[in-house]
Amino acid sequence: MKNLALLLSLSIALPALAERIPLPPNAPKSYQAECASCHMAYPPALLSAGDWKRVMERLDQHYGTDASLGIPQKQEISAFLERNAGNVWKPGISAQPARISQTPYFIRKHGEIPAKFWRDPRIKSAANCEACHRGASKGVFSEHDIAIPELRGD
Amino acid sequence: MKTTAALGLILVSLVSHAETPQQILKMYAPTGNAVRGEAVFRQKNTVNEKMPSCTSCHTENPINPGHHAITGKIIQPMAVAVNPERFTDSAKVEKWFGRNCKEVLGRACTPNEKADLIAYLSEVR
Repeated sequence: MKNLALLLSLSIALPALAERIPLPPNAPKSYQAECASCHMAYPPALLSAGDWKRVMERLDQHYGTDASLGIPQKQEISAFLERNAGNVWKPGISAQPARISQTPYFIRKHGEIPAKFWRDPRIKSAANCEACHRGASKGVFSEHDIAIPELRGD
Repeated sequence: MKTTAALGLILVSLVSHAETPQQILKMYAPTGNAVRGEAVFRQKNTVNEKMPSCTSCHTENPINPGHHAITGKIIQPMAVAVNPERFTDSAKVEKWFGRNCKEVLGRACTPNEKADLIAYLSEVR
């Protein structure tokens, strides 16, 4: 009985430790081609559907860049992002404009990181997940696999 | 044997479909000038503080991989000599000239500038 309780509590705790947030396998090719040239192909679960909708409505003003798309690509990518968006209770609602790095989930996970690391030329921007999370493109965001030794949560 | 023939056919169709930098250059102008292309590549512009030049993301030497000036994402080298995939898809070339010229120069690049840039990036070693 005790073992069962232990197993149960482990099975609840483990997914949180592993921190796997993969890109859904059905991601359209356009998502990689149109979005992932300038930044990582962010897993849609990192923002809520409403946040993605706001991002996709203002691609002409995309964080300081004009990232406008053709209508078919925009429709295909929007549908994919909203269909696979995060449960609103997981990432939480982001600020306006929507930013993954301003969701309560992201802030909770990165709260202990001193400001000087964000300015480190190896990192450059909170948009650059792969600078620290080596496995980010495979959906692995474990704090035990951080590329920058000073930041590793061993 | 049948499979080999089929594979051969697929290969031929793939090869004939891919475009060459020279073919794409000619869509913009009869010839390109690599020296002028290098000048455009290095020219410092004033419309975008974070990306004043092509080199802001693609580095001073297009043989090297670059980093997106804002997000830090790695950008594979632009030089055909080390990255033969460059300038083999005219739609992709036109899309990125469209986005990047607007962003860095604050205007569309002229067909001659595009041909010159392709000449430079095809020849640089």
